Amino acid sequence: MNRNLTLGIALTAVFIIGALVSLFWTPFDVTKLAISQKMQTPSAIHWFGTDHFGRDIFSMIMVGAQTSIAVALVAVGIGMGFGVPLGLTAAARKGSLLDEVIMRGNDVVFAFPSLLIAILITAIFGPSALNAIIAIGIFNIPVFARLTRGAALSLWTQDYILSARVSGKSAARISVEHILPNVTNLLIVQGTIQFSLGILAEAALSYVGLGAQPPTPSWGRMLADSQTLISLAPHMALFPGFAILLTVLGLNLAGDGLRDMLDPRLRRAGR
Amino acid sequence: MSLLIIDKLSLSIDTKPILQNVSMAVEPGQIRGVIGESGSGKSMTAFSVLQLLPDRSTCSGRITFAGHDLLTATEETLCSIRGNDIGMVFQEPMTALNPLHTIGAQVAETIRIHEPKTSRREAMRRAAATLERCELPNARFPLSRYPHELSGGQRQRVVIAMAIALQPKLLIADEPTTALDVTTQAEILDLLRRLVSEDGMGLMLITHDLAVVSGIADRISIMRQGEVVEEGDGATLHRTMQHPYTKALFAASGHQPDRAPQPPTAPLLQVKNVVRDYTMPRKTLFGAPRKFRAVDDVSFTLNKGESLGLVGESGCGKSTLTRAILGLDKTQGGEILIDGKPVFAGNTPDRAVRRKMQVVFQDPYGSFNPRHTVERLITEPFHLLDTPPKGADRAKAIDEALLSVGLTPADKSKYIHEFSGGQRQRIAIARALIIKSELIVLDEAVSALDVSIRAQILDLLTDLAARFGLTYLFISHDLSVVRSITDRVLVMQAGKIVERGPTEQIFVNPQRAYTKSLIAAIPTLPEGATDA
Repeated sequence: MNRNLTLGIALTAVFIIGALVSLFWTPFDVTKLAISQKMQTPSAIHWFGTDHFGRDIFSMIMVGAQTSIAVALVAVGIGMGFGVPLGLTAAARKGSLLDEVIMRGNDVVFAFPSLLIAILITAIFGPSALNAIIAIGIFNIPVFARLTRGAALSLWTQDYILSARVSGKSAARISVEHILPNVTNLLIVQGTIQFSLGILAEAALSYVGLGAQPPTPSWGRMLADSQTLISLAPHMALFPGFAILLTVLGLNLAGDGLRDMLDPRLRRAGR
Repeated sequence: MSLLIIDKLSLSIDTKPILQNVSMAVEPGQIRGVIGESGSGKSMTAFSVLQLLPDRSTCSGRITFAGHDLLTATEETLCSIRGNDIGMVFQEPMTALNPLHTIGAQVAETIRIHEPKTSRREAMRRAAATLERCELPNARFPLSRYPHELSGGQRQRVVIAMAIALQPKLLIADEPTTALDVTTQAEILDLLRRLVSEDGMGLMLITHDLAVVSGIADRISIMRQGEVVEEGDGATLHRTMQHPYTKALFAASGHQPDRAPQPPTAPLLQVKNVVRDYTMPRKTLFGAPRKFRAVDDVSFTLNKGESLGLVGESGCGKSTLTRAILGLDKTQGGEILIDGKPVFAGNTPDRAVRRKMQVVFQDPYGSFNPRHTVERLITEPFHLLDTPPKGADRAKAIDEALLSVGLTPADKSKYIHEFSGGQRQRIAIARALIIKSELIVLDEAVSALDVSIRAQILDLLTDLAARFGLTYLFISHDLSVVRSITDRVLVMQAGKIVERGPTEQIFVNPQRAYTKSLIAAIPTLPEGATDA
């Protein structure tokens, strides 16, 4: 196993374990306000300090990891789950009516401001983390569909695809056996990018009150809350910011490592 | 005094030795042929001259160019030499030009880089003159053309124009004709020879094909594994050669596999009046889409056990015809029968018919999914069988297929990037053999290979045909290859078969002017060279 993958998995694991532990235990209760202890700098008691309501930031980051990671991961999952098959189908039936319908449908979603869809969904179903996931997930679909279609189109002209067709394999089978494995490296890289965008999107939705609802903490809302107090208590922004940074970094490294591990050309080269 | 002297050049990358004690010289007005197979270090020698080497490479020895020691020269000096005093032409004309710039602008740019004081207008005027010299008359090819509007040979002329725009003292051409058709290759070689004699520049012509240089090179260096194994006069090398490798190269270049002609038997493949149209983009919004007829009323029969050549230049429709035969595209007219049954039954290709044919493509690098093991790659045609072999039968079939193409059963667990180009073509043949198809379509199957590897693959194909009674449809632009392995030849031009007949008859006594020009363009070794 290569170094990037190990480091990436280790970093990601820290946050996932933090999120899991927070289900049972946190150093402080994140729903209890203690105004008298507000905006304390990091100390032995409050490792990361406290926020403007006196809540322990370390505990909030642990609990916030649940929302942020879950929202981003599931949203990327939705995007890949729908986008990749759509992209593969469009590429396999290039130029057909089906291709047009899929790609123009994508264009429509692309053209819609994401916030508008999120507001639409929350207006119908009410604001919650789940609805934020759905809204972000929908916006990931065209990203993956386009990426997959583009990469698949160039693969379809390769001789090994021709030779698979000579062997009588159907377009669906070729897509799964030959095209998909050869676009995974792109998907992994795009996946990690979308994951970080997902965390930020969740932050944006929480900021306008459409994401996870208070008192459930999320990294995005912690950042949003700290914004007006940045000169008074910079640690309030610093720690959730680092949490986002390190999670994204961890996933990027893990993604790169995974890509190298899955590619036989790079696997034996042993970088 | 020599223009370029390479003296005991050694090069290593990351302590891996690439070149050892390479010495050669180029005189003004002289053509130096550098010949070797992939990996022999011939391109690295050229890159050392330009000092465009990969990172972490170390050179020792001396390279003297017109009084400059290039190994110790500063980057500044080198930049003024590159493009100005030394021009370079690369193999692939498709990627050597920027698709977004006009050909005039690209030639003018090289002039303005080295002579920044030249006005734009003056640079364009000189670009026009240079293109004219490279036989791209401005009346037909105005400076405002874009690369995609030109053919491969014409693009290569633009690349050459860029290289000679400043009248360099030395031109390095790295496989300049390998990606081109035989007739285009002959024209480009003529052009290079003319430019050399007109400008008195030195030319270093790098190629893997001895036949290409033997006609025009004054001096020849043969390279193998980073060393120059033989050096000699272009006209007499075939008589003076000493090194066994040189002899092997000469032998491979004119190699003729031993094959017995097959008596005609029942027809296996019948192509009757096939027409294939491509729809072109509409010219006007409401106009009917135009059609391009790539294959126009083609008919022929291929008998069992026979080997048939299909010859023509790029764009003549031979690949389109191949795709139709393989059942990859639908035709717009006529029928294609294998053993009397149509390839297309209704709207879908018939699996039972498809089982009877397999294909080997040109590009040994693009023909395999890089993520599958050889075992999985070569068993792909099993998909065509109703009951694919399982367990021990399957393993046996894989081992047999690999052994029959000269590989070992242990190779089945490897990935494709672990094999060389020649080995990959063997694997492609193994894939074609595994379900014991009768007809094997060889689409330029040896065109991308070095001469000696090509000879081995041709021998293998001949041997397999005799052992398994295979029928070949051999598609190529290279007539010398076709001559050695086919019984009959079809010559295709602009979608039509213009000449057909037994191979020897076509070669000895071609009727059509087009066929004659194709045959005349074949690069040949001097008389008696292949007897050695």
